[in-house]
Amino acid sequence: MTLEIRNLVKEFPVPGQEPIRALSGISLSLPPQEFVSVLGPSGCGKTTLLRIVAGLEEATTGSIELNGEVVDRRSSKMAMIFQEYSLYPWRTVLDNVTFGLEMQSVGKHPAREAAMKYLHLVGLDAFADRYPYELSGGMRQRVAVARALAIEPEILLMDEPFGALDAQTRNMLQKELLEIWEKTKKTVLFVTHSVDEAVYLSDRIVVLTERPGRIREIVDSPLPRPRDRTSPEFARIRRHVLDLISESGQPKEDLRVHPASL
Amino acid sequence: MRSPLFTLLLPVLLISGWEVAAHVIANPFVLPSLTTVVPILLHPFSPAYTLGSGSLIDNALTSLYRVAIGFLLAALVAIPLGIGMGRSRFMQDFLDSTIELLRPIPPLAWVPLALAWFKIGLASITFIILIGAFFPILLNTIDGVKSVKKTWVEVAETLGARERNVLLKVILPGSAPTIWTGLRVGFGIAWMCLVAAEWLPGTTRGLGYLILHAYNFGQTNLIIAGMVVIGVIGILIDQVFRAGERKWFSWRALER
Repeated sequence: MTLEIRNLVKEFPVPGQEPIRALSGISLSLPPQEFVSVLGPSGCGKTTLLRIVAGLEEATTGSIELNGEVVDRRSSKMAMIFQEYSLYPWRTVLDNVTFGLEMQSVGKHPAREAAMKYLHLVGLDAFADRYPYELSGGMRQRVAVARALAIEPEILLMDEPFGALDAQTRNMLQKELLEIWEKTKKTVLFVTHSVDEAVYLSDRIVVLTERPGRIREIVDSPLPRPRDRTSPEFARIRRHVLDLISESGQPKEDLRVHPASL
Repeated sequence: MRSPLFTLLLPVLLISGWEVAAHVIANPFVLPSLTTVVPILLHPFSPAYTLGSGSLIDNALTSLYRVAIGFLLAALVAIPLGIGMGRSRFMQDFLDSTIELLRPIPPLAWVPLALAWFKIGLASITFIILIGAFFPILLNTIDGVKSVKKTWVEVAETLGARERNVLLKVILPGSAPTIWTGLRVGFGIAWMCLVAAEWLPGTTRGLGYLILHAYNFGQTNLIIAGMVVIGVIGILIDQVFRAGERKWFSWRALER
């Protein structure tokens, strides 16, 4: 399934003033099974872009298309994974994963089976009956991934899903995400502020400018996986992306690249 | 945690002091001896100790019945209203000023109006209790709904939930612990209002009625026995609410 973002513009109205333009003419095409990251300085509108694709916000102009058809409301072909606090604390891990299936009126039994399958995929089938507060941050994000996968979307939208985790957990989840991506063959649109993360994960990296966010450049990251973060090729791509971002007026240290992962 | 004996020390001292004082004062109308109060409490099913106004249990059940009706009516109105106000800016702006105006009026200030509107009887009593329970339930429900994380709602929406399911499966369970707190506080206030409401003319049953009746006959021992029963029932019901909180809503305390 091809995701097409066409000439997307987002403006936020300000009373008595010109509206603030958050996104300015974003066009992007994601063929099936591609892993694309969106990277940019904070406030560039990358999360807004993802939220518009997810149907949580409306674009001022422009459109989102799936296989050539305009999507004007939330589509079950897409599932979103949030940065944190997205699990329902009153539900067990299993009941969190079945939530989307319940919403789509899948029967209790098939829903549980599907949920267990995806919990197994993220390595948490032993924790099905636990509650979110019994899990570490990394485990919670694995549950969130399982919950998104359970509705069998073709496109995964991820909004800085590992942003709140420590560097080691983050690296481990990145590796696991790639394994899951290779197994399930989803298209992934991944928003991050970490250059390292984008280069490690993606086929292509969409670098946005400062507000109003425009596409500055789309960088290919053609290295074979699993990628070696210490290789010269990896460093070369990362350097290029860092240059693009610092040229857009943002000092590098603001990008919060973890020293441990460099 | 100290030993349970220590927590009982003050009550034991107070009761001993009371007994001593009762003997010193030697006037059962001011302070009756324990020996005249305890027998009443030991015969809760017997109508013989209550000046012909039914056993303690009968009166307690009558009171509980009245409180239950007023409390349930309050919850039935306050919870949906609170959800609406918590969810909709429009409703909040529309209703807030009125509610803020009515809220500081003590429930008992409504007594004359209640009598004018509903005459003497169950309806008036229920109305006073309803007023008492209403505001804590309403305010806690609004708070609870507003404390529901935006991400929880958005997750549901991206997973295909419609408005109805967002309400039933996210807003309601997400705000339930706070609503429960509102119900607990609301019940406590309803129970307090009840006693005064049962002093309304024409009341012939209930714990509130019983202690006023006992006063009219100068039976202070019965007043105290009635007060003890009112207190014990209040504690028991509060404990039931707290047990429910621990059983169903422990996630709120544990959630980081």
